Amino acid sequence: MSSTLRQLIWPLAALALLLGFNAAFHPSFFHFQIHDGRLSGSIIDVLNQGAPVLLLALGMTLVIGTGGIDLSVGAIMAVAGAVAAAALREHAPVALAIAAALGAGAAAGVWNGSLVTLAGIPPIIATLILMVAGRGVAQLITHGETLLIKSDSAFNVIGRGVILGVPVPILIFLAAALGLSILVRLTALGLFIEAIGGNEQASRYAGVRVGPIRLAVYLLMGVLAAAAGLIDAADIAAADANNSGLYLELDAILAVVIGGTALTGGRFTLLGSIIGAIIIQTLSTTILSFGRNMPVELNLVIKAAVVLVVCLLQSSELRRLLTRTWRRSQ
Amino acid sequence: MSDPLIEMRGIVKTYPGVRALDGVDFTLHHGEVHALVGENGAGKSTLIRILTGAERRDAGRVLLEGSPIEPHTPVQAQRLGIATVYQEVNLVPDLSVAENIMLGREPRKAWGAIDRRAMDRRAEQVASGLGLHVDVTQPLRSCSIAVQQMVAVARAVDQKARALVLDEPTSSLDAGETEQLFALVRRLRGQGLGIVFITHFLEQVYEISDRITILRGGRCVGTHVADDLPRLALVSLMLGKAAEAAATRERGAGEVAPTAPRRLEARGLWRRGAVGPLDLTLRAGEVLGFAGLLGSGRSETVRLLFGVDVRSGGSLVINNRPIARHSPRRAIAAGMALAPEDRRAAGLVPELSVRENIMLAFQGARGWARRLGGREQNALAAKFVQALSISTPDLEKPVGQLSGGNQQKVILARWLLMEPGILLLDEPTRGIDIGAKQQIESLVDDLRAKGMAIIFISGELEEVVRVSQRIVVLRDRRAVAELTGADRHVHTVMQHIAGETGGKHV
Repeated sequence: MSSTLRQLIWPLAALALLLGFNAAFHPSFFHFQIHDGRLSGSIIDVLNQGAPVLLLALGMTLVIGTGGIDLSVGAIMAVAGAVAAAALREHAPVALAIAAALGAGAAAGVWNGSLVTLAGIPPIIATLILMVAGRGVAQLITHGETLLIKSDSAFNVIGRGVILGVPVPILIFLAAALGLSILVRLTALGLFIEAIGGNEQASRYAGVRVGPIRLAVYLLMGVLAAAAGLIDAADIAAADANNSGLYLELDAILAVVIGGTALTGGRFTLLGSIIGAIIIQTLSTTILSFGRNMPVELNLVIKAAVVLVVCLLQSSELRRLLTRTWRRSQ
Repeated sequence: MSDPLIEMRGIVKTYPGVRALDGVDFTLHHGEVHALVGENGAGKSTLIRILTGAERRDAGRVLLEGSPIEPHTPVQAQRLGIATVYQEVNLVPDLSVAENIMLGREPRKAWGAIDRRAMDRRAEQVASGLGLHVDVTQPLRSCSIAVQQMVAVARAVDQKARALVLDEPTSSLDAGETEQLFALVRRLRGQGLGIVFITHFLEQVYEISDRITILRGGRCVGTHVADDLPRLALVSLMLGKAAEAAATRERGAGEVAPTAPRRLEARGLWRRGAVGPLDLTLRAGEVLGFAGLLGSGRSETVRLLFGVDVRSGGSLVINNRPIARHSPRRAIAAGMALAPEDRRAAGLVPELSVRENIMLAFQGARGWARRLGGREQNALAAKFVQALSISTPDLEKPVGQLSGGNQQKVILARWLLMEPGILLLDEPTRGIDIGAKQQIESLVDDLRAKGMAIIFISGELEEVVRVSQRIVVLRDRRAVAELTGADRHVHTVMQHIAGETGGKHV
């Protein structure tokens, strides 16, 4: 328990700092209101807008836990959105459209996982293939145009709906987070993922099924990415093959790293990645809320600077250096 | 020159909760080989790390030829003439031998490019000056570990080292390679260098050292001229009160009845470029020792038996079941267990806890869906931690932070939990302290007595002879002899390894 807390202390500190900053300059940041039976406020906005990245970060945590990485998740989002929109245009039932999109995500995950486990291609290369090809596939499905979804379609509830006052994307994320936490900690999946990421050869010697576990992790990732793609498409009521999920794989990887899971694999923390994703989304929202006084071009630079600080805070090497300097100056 | 080369006085080093060194004195003269011995945790590494600038002392003085020095980094120590060669050679395997020797000091041409020809020539001189005859243009990776270590020594010597620290240099060398390294060490001693030699092998301590300093529990318990210190006295200084236990016990006596059930049977088992073909039979209640030099096929054989490597041919029967397609999972299912030679690379997941490492194989066999509950895990892990006296503050300690002996016991715990019928132990006692080594030896004996079938590999012949009822000698990837009863003798084994028996047992 205490080691979990120690692992999370820096991401939490960064988040607290960020929220404190907002509280100081935008007291309204912490206000909650009920508008038309819908909970609203900046915090709710952060979670709602951040739901796709949060979902990606959950899956990415497991992938990185095995010592892998998945660069194709943004492209899978685009494929899933395109599949759903195309199905809806052919007057498929909403449930079928959703199932088809999730199935496409699962297939993409199996593809990635097979390249990694059966063909032995390094994950960064294996998933790069789909990162490039996936967006092409999505464009083929949409014939290169933005496929609009009827604005009164029940499908759009995924992105815009509200249940008991809570936006549906947040509910989807919460369900995924809860389900995944149970899956990894109440079964031995978490142990196997950490063992494989910590020492693949030793895991093999101990009789762990390395291949199937790896494959399962990429499969889960594919399904979660498809869910993120559905939220994105439903939110704008359109499948935009060019822009849906663009660069979100990087945000997801960043969220995992900020959350304290090492890119080399092994010990992972879902909670840390969630905090990491919230940090990234809060940052975007904060910058936007100051946007009136700031050139837009600064956004990415500021984001990068904050991420750098969080990563430096986590570097035990740097901390050791700082404490040593401090002690010497005493 | 009357001052000693290096004088360390009253060295103190405290880590949080541990006093690693408590006023240690250590003196190294010119032209001597000085062995530094002690159990794991005695403070050898800490003392060396302080000498070589990798660690700062809390109190005490270090004098180099009479003048105080204060190296803050290994590079500074090297400039002062104190060099270290570690067990794991820290050179660049993909560069050539010459590049490694000259790294950072390459001869240049007029316009700044590296003068390869001059570099190779210079490296050649340095190497042959040390009696090391290798093609300096070949990549270091293609050299044996022994040659790699000698290249590291050559590099140090070329940088005007006056004191050389050899930290467990021989633990992955076979007898011939060790002899090569020792020849080099003697040559350097003749040139007036002072050499600190750290090892677990007592035979080697006596073979090469002039003086011996013994550390125990962070204190220096004596410095003796090697010839004046009987081996038993040395062991008792290292172990303190436990000395009596160190006296060699006769184990593994007696023979196994030929009626005992066959646990494992291999016929014509071989793998291209690795080992065999060879025939093996292993019965319940016996320890079968594998003796042979590194590369003779010992580890390769157990890897084949455990299904890590795929065999090129031959048949394998485990517990009367023929094994066609083999894998570690199938081996485990058939009741087999392997503690691999390289426990860090193939045994442990260092960042996971003691509990998780112990449970890994058990959980692996149960599958991901049927996780053993937390309470049962704790109870099982605690039981084996106690049974094998693994010293760890708690079950959640990352296993990478334990000492070598305790790490090995964690791997044994992982397998004993599975109650295997066949246990393959590949160098289970390498690089661990004497206390843990004896515990493992007597554990092997107990398990055998309870009916387990065990294959025991060790580079230390005395140990193989001590624990085994039957010894298979491997040479050049073949089994060349099988020794039982009174033939199980270090001398006999050595003759077979050296191939001096004219092949009468083959």
